[in-house]
Amino acid sequence: MFQKWKDRVTITDIVMWMIGGTLLLLCLWGSVSTIRAGLYTKSHWIDFLIFGLAQGSIYALIATGYTMVYGVLKMINFAHGEVFMSGPFTGYFVATAMWRSDFLDNHPIMAIITIFAVAMFVSTMIAFLVEKIAYRPLRGAPRLIPLITAIGASFFLQYLFKGLYGSGINAYPDIEILNGFWMIFGIRVLKIQVIVIIAAIVLMLVLYNFIMLTRVGKAIRAVSEDKEAAALMGINVDAMISTTFIIGGMAAGAAGVLYALMFKQVHFFMGFLPGLKAFTAAVLGGIGNIPGAMLGGIFLGLIESVAPALFLDGLGIIAPYQLKDAIAFTMLVMVLIFRPTGILGERLASKKA
Amino acid sequence: MTKAQSLWNQGVKIGAIGGVSVLIISLVGMVESFGKRDIIAGILPMGVAIALIISILAAYMAAKKTSIPEKSIQFANAVVSGFVISGFLAVFVMIGRSFNIREMFVGASPVLYNILTGGVAGAGGIFLLLLTGVLCGAFAGILHMLKDLPRKLMVNALLTIFILGLLQELILPILKAWDVGMINYLAGLFYTLNGLTPIGAILSVVIFCILYLLWNANQGAIKFKYASLPKEARKKSQVAALIVLAVILIVLPQFLGLFLSEVITIVGLYVLLGLGLNIVVGYAGLLDLGYVAFFAIGSYVVALLTSPQIFAFGLNFWQALPIAVICGILAGVMLGIPVLKMRGDYLAIATLGFGEIIRILVLSDFLRPWLGGAQGIGSIPNPNLFGFQMVKPQHIYYLLLAGIILVIFISLRLKKSKIGRAWMAMREDEDVAQAMGINLVATKLLAFATGAGFSALSGAIFASKIGSVYPHSFNVFISINVVCIVIIGGIGSLPGIVVGAAVLMGLPELLREFAEYRMFVYGVALVIVMLLRPEGLLPEARHKMEFHDETEAGAKTVA
Amino acid sequence: MILLSIQEMTKRFGGLVALNALNINVKEKSIHSIIGPNGAGKTTFFNCLTGFYRPEEGEVMFNGQSIVGLSPDRIVHKGISRTYQNIRLFPNLTALENVMVGYHVHLKSGFFGPILGLKKTRMEEEKATQIALDLLKYVNMEGREDTLAKNFPYGEQRRLEMARALASQPKLLLLDEPTAGMNPKETQDMMDFIQHMRGELGITIILIEHQMRVVMNISDIVTVFDYGKMIAEGLPEEIKNNKTVIEAYLGTGEAADSH
Ligand SMILES: Nc1ncnc2c1ncn2[C@@H]1O[C@H](COP(=O)(O)OP(=O)(O)OP(=O)(O)O)[C@@H](O)[C@H]1O
Ligand SMILES: [Mg+2]
Repeated sequence: MFQKWKDRVTITDIVMWMIGGTLLLLCLWGSVSTIRAGLYTKSHWIDFLIFGLAQGSIYALIATGYTMVYGVLKMINFAHGEVFMSGPFTGYFVATAMWRSDFLDNHPIMAIITIFAVAMFVSTMIAFLVEKIAYRPLRGAPRLIPLITAIGASFFLQYLFKGLYGSGINAYPDIEILNGFWMIFGIRVLKIQVIVIIAAIVLMLVLYNFIMLTRVGKAIRAVSEDKEAAALMGINVDAMISTTFIIGGMAAGAAGVLYALMFKQVHFFMGFLPGLKAFTAAVLGGIGNIPGAMLGGIFLGLIESVAPALFLDGLGIIAPYQLKDAIAFTMLVMVLIFRPTGILGERLASKKA
Repeated sequence: MTKAQSLWNQGVKIGAIGGVSVLIISLVGMVESFGKRDIIAGILPMGVAIALIISILAAYMAAKKTSIPEKSIQFANAVVSGFVISGFLAVFVMIGRSFNIREMFVGASPVLYNILTGGVAGAGGIFLLLLTGVLCGAFAGILHMLKDLPRKLMVNALLTIFILGLLQELILPILKAWDVGMINYLAGLFYTLNGLTPIGAILSVVIFCILYLLWNANQGAIKFKYASLPKEARKKSQVAALIVLAVILIVLPQFLGLFLSEVITIVGLYVLLGLGLNIVVGYAGLLDLGYVAFFAIGSYVVALLTSPQIFAFGLNFWQALPIAVICGILAGVMLGIPVLKMRGDYLAIATLGFGEIIRILVLSDFLRPWLGGAQGIGSIPNPNLFGFQMVKPQHIYYLLLAGIILVIFISLRLKKSKIGRAWMAMREDEDVAQAMGINLVATKLLAFATGAGFSALSGAIFASKIGSVYPHSFNVFISINVVCIVIIGGIGSLPGIVVGAAVLMGLPELLREFAEYRMFVYGVALVIVMLLRPEGLLPEARHKMEFHDETEAGAKTVA
Repeated sequence: MILLSIQEMTKRFGGLVALNALNINVKEKSIHSIIGPNGAGKTTFFNCLTGFYRPEEGEVMFNGQSIVGLSPDRIVHKGISRTYQNIRLFPNLTALENVMVGYHVHLKSGFFGPILGLKKTRMEEEKATQIALDLLKYVNMEGREDTLAKNFPYGEQRRLEMARALASQPKLLLLDEPTAGMNPKETQDMMDFIQHMRGELGITIILIEHQMRVVMNISDIVTVFDYGKMIAEGLPEEIKNNKTVIEAYLGTGEAADSH
């Protein structure tokens, strides 16, 4: 009997369940004591939520790029964070030029559209070129190799933009119409955050419908499923891979501008952490899965903004916001342990004999 | 393909690529800031040299890639691409002089325009620039037409000048350190304080050419002789080579100044880290991007146990070292357990997450009473060996050397054992490995633990070398660097790791002008090396041949 | 004597019932063939036996012990070894290393043995090398031990895989279409080889095979699968004339024969 048991249950399973259980209990206990102690009012929580949603929808937009590239190439596009940075960083110069000539104040909508156009164009070009130069020649190479070129491309781009535009932190010009509050159902919310959420959601819907409904979108999905079969069906695989990078680049560029408008600053290093977070979001949602990436992004944003206060404050941990990234990554590891395919990921039929 | 098409496809297009490249290095400021130092004193500034090299390379590629076998077209393509490159720059200079683009591009300075136009103002300067481009193209075209030997001779001779000039700061101090009349005289003959002397440049070319021709003539004979030696004699010569290597390694720090010893200890630390990660990534195939965590744990354990701050346990380095390694091993097992079932990229991102979690925790105010927070832990005493204080980097060098030799020994022994084979089988095909009776859990944890132990060892030495530890020393870039070292060196190859660490970590330290562009060049280098030599710089012997045809012919799969 | 006994084994993939309440007994030292149209569940059957998949229902008794639900590495220790339909060698390991990995289950040395170069470990390693070399010789691959597995031609890869499977010194060997993609000469060699293994090494063999000629020639008993069900079992002669079998193969039978 003991033999039977020993052969079938591994110690690691037990350890993992224990770790998971402990963390869950800690979270519960923390939440209960935070709420009991009444450290935060209702409006605090709402602020956390809205901010988390805004942050999360930016992550979500970036994450779609990761997830789509993962779909077609099965690789982590490490340089995607830099694609995200390049657009708004370039857009900054357009924005300041327009600001100086008063165009920004006189025609704010036109100005914002211009900034978006420039940023998305630059990000798209960067994404396209990275694929063409650094990844395409390595199709079929062992998987570690494109990962290294991706890391190389990421460093190169970061320091290229540092060299080109300087290493300072540049403050995005203020746009009058984005400042201030709205009252929604009697709740005071920052305009910019609401706008970011709405813009991101609209963009994601467009992107999702593009992928699901158009011919090109279908071709891209076919390539993600099976490159060889897609090629046999007459799909130009290389072109579809390029298109994937282009779409991802556009989404990242738009996300970058939203980020710049919300946080009011750009610098050459701004892509690193959001990039990492967005990749985390893509994995959380189930990599390769577009709605998953969107959900994962929003989820991550919410967790980051709510969890430190909710879980940690009640546990008596000082300065809980320093630990928000640690919470994000712990969340990631936990999801990978207990649901390795992510929140929405379908069980990838693991290839056996 | 018609001639006109070829001119457009190879001449203009490749020229445009070259033009953009030169433009980029100009705009990021490399040409300007390297302009301050000369390769050949008073004649050739380093920044210009780099721009010229890129231009010639591009023009050469244009000639080489020409699809028409006619020599004249190939030459024309080279010239055209040279012209296109300089055309890009000329347009840039003209725009830069007429509009204010400095607002956006911080590097677009009048100094840069001056360098590009050879210091000549107005249209004359532009003309000079274009002429230089055409000449570069013509030079490349001629190079392409030459026979193999003279071409190699010429290219290598020029590279010799470039490298000698570039490494002045490395070579000159070593020469001066001898302080012998003869050598001092030679040093003065070859070098000024800013680059080679013109005579030095000419002399080095001459010397190089003679050596090259001699080697070229005898190379076959030497190789043949070695191959025809009986087995024992060959073994003997290998042993002899090993002994020579050992002697060199032992006396090396005596000849290196403080600065170079410092550089070498940095390389040594990364070699140690690379050797550890090689077990995890190279042998077992587990992509670990959180490897820095164990390095940090090793450092912090030593810091906590030996530093009088915080706990003041009062242990010495040697007592703390084994504890640090054991803690590293335990951490390797603990962080290994959750990721046991993950594969590939999931594993990479989860381990990366672990690395960050640990860094953030150490950095946090929450754990500050125990770990020192952002200020870290200071006053870590130097190791003390039988009453001898190891304070200088030279002393740490020996410590590292001992560590590296130990780790190489263990790696080699393990590789040829049951465990090593299990690791490699797992790397090749996890399912089949399991179906061969390999216990994946134990085997993976063993890989994580071994790698972590080596990493902690490296961290322990690091802590006592620096004397203080901060969470900022343990960011994710360390992990990424180590992964790059292992792969650029040639995955699974131990000499490759040494080369990888020297190239990726040592070289940038030496070329101090590069400090600002270090990551820029590093990124370019990673991409280029992987594109041209995916098997790494010094691959394991058995992979050398196979790698290329696998990637080029496309993995031939057997159904 | 019955070596392997399977009772009511069922395996589902979502809605698809890949194996449907199988009952099979395999006699010791027999060559037991399994045939069936494509997608009948033959490979899935192997995967369930070797622990790759866990059947939802049923019991597998091997050598008097229940092995159902054990992980693949535990199952090898009990004495079952296999080859794969699409060859799965360790491509970047040498032939010798491939076979030595097969011998893994019999090695006792731990972590410190090899590092310290203990005599026991060295002897064990020498023995393992010798056994692996002998096996390579047995499959006619002498002198090729240092070639990487991926550089062998197809037929030799199959033999190398077989040597690797034999290295674990199994009581039961599962062969998944060992003659797939072989020409008649190679097929004949493989048949001889399989019979040798049973005769000389006394191994029980379960064989998945599409070529009827092979099946009819060397099998002691044949089991026929269709849609995850066992539709017939018997001596080769009986199977040849079995109505149900012919029906299951109707149309595909010719194609399968000419493989
Ligand atoms: N991992 C899996 N997930 C889902 N379905 C699977 C899986 N593996 C096998 N199947 C399905 O189970 C059925 C049986 O497959 P199996 O590979 O066992 O057939 P087979 O008899 O070996 O066929 P062949 O002669 O082509 O090798 C098939 O319909 C197959 O699609
Ligand atoms: Mg099958």
